[in-house]
Amino acid sequence: MTDTKLHLNREHALHLLREMLRIRRFEERCAELYTEEKIRGFLHLYIGEEAIAVGVMQCLTPEDAVVATYREHGHALARGMPMTRMMAEMYGRQEGCSRGRGGSMHLFDAASRFYGGNAIVGGSLPLAVGLALADKMRGRQQVTACFFGEGAAAEGEFHESLNLAALWQLPVLFVCENNLYAMGTALERSESETHIFRKAQSYKVEAEAVNGMDVLAIEVAARRGVAAIRAGGGPRFLECQTYRFRAHSMFDAQLYRDKAEVEAWREKGPVLRFGHWLEETGMLDPAGRARIEAEIEAELATAVAFAEQGTWEPVEDLTRDVYTERLA
Amino acid sequence: MSAETRETSYREAVREAIRDALRRDPRVFLMGEDVGRYGGCYAVTKGLYDEFGPERIRDTPLSESGFTGAGIGAAMGGMRPIVEIMTVNFSLLALDQIVNNAATIRHMSGGQLNVPVVIRMACGAGRQLAAQHSHSLEAWYAHIPGIKVVAPATLEDARGMLWTALEDPDPVVIFEHVMLYNRTAQLASDAGPVSIEGAAVRRAGGDLTLITYGGSLYKTLEAAEALAGEGIAAEVIDLRSLRPLDDATIMASVARTHRALIVDEGWRSGSLAAEISARIMEQAFWELDAPVGRVCSAEVPIPYPKHLEDAALPQVEGIVAAAKAVTGR
Ligand SMILES: Cc1ncc(C[n+]2csc(CCOP(=O)(O)OP(=O)(O)O)c2C)c(N)n1
Repeated sequence: MTDTKLHLNREHALHLLREMLRIRRFEERCAELYTEEKIRGFLHLYIGEEAIAVGVMQCLTPEDAVVATYREHGHALARGMPMTRMMAEMYGRQEGCSRGRGGSMHLFDAASRFYGGNAIVGGSLPLAVGLALADKMRGRQQVTACFFGEGAAAEGEFHESLNLAALWQLPVLFVCENNLYAMGTALERSESETHIFRKAQSYKVEAEAVNGMDVLAIEVAARRGVAAIRAGGGPRFLECQTYRFRAHSMFDAQLYRDKAEVEAWREKGPVLRFGHWLEETGMLDPAGRARIEAEIEAELATAVAFAEQGTWEPVEDLTRDVYTERLA
Repeated sequence: MSAETRETSYREAVREAIRDALRRDPRVFLMGEDVGRYGGCYAVTKGLYDEFGPERIRDTPLSESGFTGAGIGAAMGGMRPIVEIMTVNFSLLALDQIVNNAATIRHMSGGQLNVPVVIRMACGAGRQLAAQHSHSLEAWYAHIPGIKVVAPATLEDARGMLWTALEDPDPVVIFEHVMLYNRTAQLASDAGPVSIEGAAVRRAGGDLTLITYGGSLYKTLEAAEALAGEGIAAEVIDLRSLRPLDDATIMASVARTHRALIVDEGWRSGSLAAEISARIMEQAFWELDAPVGRVCSAEVPIPYPKHLEDAALPQVEGIVAAAKAVTGR
């Protein structure tokens, strides 16, 4: 069972910071590697939004399932996917978590029930409904956490999925990461109702808006939601209000927003704020911070080396796994 | 020694296949619009709701993308869902889930995840349902790597393909032509699972090969009978599986007859008939004594009035005429 209470001892607080920093440093390195052309294709950074994945993952057990979007590095790391296999995937190496075939947008890991990296906006919500339906029909007390951006709320699949999950009382935690922009389209330019959680409420899904920059607030809300879901209460919905500090992808010139707006949000950044708070409360000192950074740097160095040493999947295997090869 | 047989409709054969699957495996369930209380829009699932209950005969809202995706998710979660979509036209609202998820996930995840979902849908024209309920879009699905596509035309296949499809670790789409549901024939009372692979020669003949599938099979067999009356022995191949295609059976037949005509209810442009014709050209060009012929639907949205609908679809006379042209008689 999920503990409904957040036990904020020093150890847990430092764990939260560490997890957010792992994502931050991983993605900063990815951006560099992108300019070095080690990573190609689309690269969507989660920088600024780390508190959401980290806060929610604290409330899941290994048996629970996770479904995410193309902006999923943070979710995969927080779910416990090894950074080595993730970085190898970013490089397209066959040692990657999806044999290198998916890249940044399609991280998969059956072992941790991480069902992707889905690059169709809204397309993963029905999958989450189905995973939860399977759990419910098999009598398993498991939860499916489904992460998506506020842009998905304009898609039919969002509405179909919320209705199905509510109608069938399925164990889904819907986590909307409202970063105010869908590529360059600001929320108020695309939605008549800009409070996404109200859309969920209209399907009779219990929903709330949470400060997505506050990892503790996220964890508290997710803990409450997951406990209610596990108790058989049907789906829950969190609208996490956040902001993406970086471009939508590496191809985005950010013509649609002011630098000042980005700067103002950076001041509210989840890593910055939580780090300050830990220092103020005496849970973290500069030496402690340096130790964490050094550990992450070492983990990253190992991951990059692993990816660098990785190999390309042989072209002969190009069509392997299109279908299941069955032994005669 | 032949088993006892019983007069059965195609509809009953599909229903029996679903019932059998639900009994065999607790992971199997059926979901779709009006499959439960209503009994199915083509009455295929009539009675199953009472027998198996609302959990396993699951009525869904009008959310093709939502429930098809839920079927895909449930399959990844360990279930064996049968998703019923009323007709292929409505499946267009679920194309995202079928093409972007069901078909990709195994390969894109590096072989980690399987999607053992079965998606059944009705297709085809003939009931005067006009231009939004009469499509034959099987070729679109057959275009997609990662899914398997079958078209049971006989009672044995209607009865037997479903279980095999459910046992398959990959997504399988089953097309049931609407004009087949009322067809009746003798079906062995012990009829059971059949392979979902490979084409079948439904009639042997040495003068030309007629290649078809699904709802066009019976028109083609009728045409073959008429041709026999004129001294032309046509072989009739029922493709059964539209993806993968059974090239070997087609080429072996063409190597015997040296002439081929494809009968396909899809529109000619970019059709399955086009694909098969290209394959014959690639693999059996030197066997041919004449260009490959095609009988397809006229390139119009299927019209409502009977005479126009008939005119739009492949018909026996047209098949006979095209076959004669291919044989040079
Ligand atoms: C169905 C679909 N339409 C369009 C796109 C192109 N696209 C990719 S991301 C994106 C914006 C999505 O915004 P949001 O859901 O808020 O998520 P965010 O990127 O902000 O995390 C768009 C339009 C897509 N991937 N899928």
